[in-house]
Amino acid sequence: MYQLTTVTKRYQRGKQTINALEGVDLTIATGDQLVVQGPTGGGKSTLLQMLGALDRPTAGSVSIDGTDLARLSEAKLTKVRAATIGFVFQSFNLIPTLSAQENVETALVPLGVKPAARRKRAAEALQLVGLGDRLRHLPSELSGGQQQRVAIARALVKEPKVLLADEPTGNLDEDTRDEIMGLLAGLWKDRGLTFVLVTHDSSIARRAPRLAVINNGRLKVTERTP
Amino acid sequence: MFFTYLRRELRRRRKAALVVALGLALGIGLVITVSSVSTGMRDAQDEVLHSLYGVGTDLTVAKEAKAEEGGSAPQRFKIEGREDGEKASETDDRLMPLGGFDNLDDSVVDKVAAQDGVATAVGALALNDIKFTGDFKPGEMKKEEGKPGSGGGPRVGGGGADIETETFTVMGVDVSALSVGPLSSSKISKGANFAATDTEALKAVVDSAYAKDKDLAVGDKVTIKGKKFEVAGIATADTGASTSNVYIPLAQAQKLADADMKGKVSKVYVKADSSDAIPAVKKAISENVDGATVTSAADLAEQVSGNLSTASNLATNIGKWLSIAVLVAAFLLAGLLTMSAVSRRVREFGTLKAVGWRSGRVVRQVMGEAFANGVLGGALGIGLGLAGAWIVSTVAPTLTATTGGEQPGGPGQGGGPGGGGIAQQLGEGAQQSVDIALKAPVTLSVIVLAVVLAAAGGIIAGCFGGWRAARLRPADALRRVE
Repeated sequence: MYQLTTVTKRYQRGKQTINALEGVDLTIATGDQLVVQGPTGGGKSTLLQMLGALDRPTAGSVSIDGTDLARLSEAKLTKVRAATIGFVFQSFNLIPTLSAQENVETALVPLGVKPAARRKRAAEALQLVGLGDRLRHLPSELSGGQQQRVAIARALVKEPKVLLADEPTGNLDEDTRDEIMGLLAGLWKDRGLTFVLVTHDSSIARRAPRLAVINNGRLKVTERTP
Repeated sequence: MFFTYLRRELRRRRKAALVVALGLALGIGLVITVSSVSTGMRDAQDEVLHSLYGVGTDLTVAKEAKAEEGGSAPQRFKIEGREDGEKASETDDRLMPLGGFDNLDDSVVDKVAAQDGVATAVGALALNDIKFTGDFKPGEMKKEEGKPGSGGGPRVGGGGADIETETFTVMGVDVSALSVGPLSSSKISKGANFAATDTEALKAVVDSAYAKDKDLAVGDKVTIKGKKFEVAGIATADTGASTSNVYIPLAQAQKLADADMKGKVSKVYVKADSSDAIPAVKKAISENVDGATVTSAADLAEQVSGNLSTASNLATNIGKWLSIAVLVAAFLLAGLLTMSAVSRRVREFGTLKAVGWRSGRVVRQVMGEAFANGVLGGALGIGLGLAGAWIVSTVAPTLTATTGGEQPGGPGQGGGPGGGGIAQQLGEGAQQSVDIALKAPVTLSVIVLAVVLAAAGGIIAGCFGGWRAARLRPADALRRVE
């Protein structure tokens, strides 16, 4: 379970101070899905970085299952990211020189999984997202939707507790967007993941059971009854 | 994963990798070539010194001549005329010690040999054979009359001389220890060298250049002071600069010399136990042997001049600094290009950190790529360096080493074919030039140096890139993506 208490994040850009998050309080229960929406520069990605142990708050605390991420060393944050959190990015962020299977394997490298087991698990994860026949393809040889599936396989291959997706359909056409959203929703339900999705897409936001809107660093959560 | 990722990255950025590798290759290649040329220069200088000294000789001991008032006594040649006034054909053969040095007693050789650190000490006697052959016709007495104021007395008229001179150098060598001394700088190309038992033998070894000039072959006779010596062998000097025209056993040389040379040598050749012992041996001999002038290879090296010396200075000074400058530039270039490559891969490394890669693993990946670049640069550099050294060795530019002072040789101080040889070998007297073809040998240590430099280049470049990658915060990296 995530517990964010009066989280503030400020950046210094030259002489200007940017208040990316302002006293954010948020609770996300294990297995919940939260959709975060808001204008560009409103603080969506910063919130996701706090949840993903990629950054520390300037003030307040971000705890996951009772562990305050703000107090952990860099090495321990890295361990949390390696074992607990899966990321899906808007631009897929695949390593261009590695094949689909090798890209998925990169998520298992920090866990010390042996190469043979890595290959097997990566192949299974790609099979799961419907790319069993594209294991050796480079990202440049795959369509946008296929690349995002590889990214999803990479996020899920280590069986994380949390899946964080930063506008995963932002670079995809409508059909592919629905395909990917269907895949993510299915995985969330099947695996009992805590799923946080940042999106600009109102059609996705409308379907979300829980919606958080962030603007100028301030968060407002709307609960919807199914 | 490490090697797969590394290989694919290098393949993807092959142009940048090639630029870095070529930069390093240029620096390393230059270091190899300059080092090889420097080694070649040193070898050439050693060769010159060996020609002066003999390969096995570390030190020479001599005694400088004391300046005599009014100069040394002039040499006199005597050709007797015939009383009947007829033309006379006469020959006078002189075998005189070479000027410039006082002779040493045999006992000095034993004294030197007894010093700590001396492995072998042998004496040699340098002589100059001057032969005058000529037709001499005495003048006739004539009485002139009738010229006022002429005195009317008898006058000598007519007569004259047609004289030929032949000069060559003779070196008396200790036949029991030929590995040290003047003959050690030559190889026997025909016939045989002296045997240890040839102490009194009428045998000679003749320098190849002199033999060619005088059309001498093994088995022919050479006349020295009226004695016929059988040519036992022809010696070819390693660098073409012989130390003498004719070598004979020391005892024979001492016996035949005009002056009293019994038990005398002009120089002692010393072989030390080890090269490390040379300075101590030099000091010991200088202190314990009165009036001895001890000369080492290092002392003689300072006397070597000419374009060999200039080229050597160029190689060791300008060449060295140029190599260092190119190498530093190559290292910096490699470092900056690696840093730039890391900057272009911020998103990639940020993503890897986001999925849980530790900074150390990312840095290792960057270092690995840079190191591989360094190895590639090293391999290319070794190739370039070997090619450079091969070109130098193939072109083999001729360098001239000039040895000895600029003291013109007078009569009795050489001047015949190869006459400068002994003067040169004694380290003074006539100036002598030795032509040496420059080689650029590539030694194992130079290759090891190149490998170390390549590794260092890779590691330095990797440190630049690794530093950049280590400082990369995943949040910043991913924020940049937005």
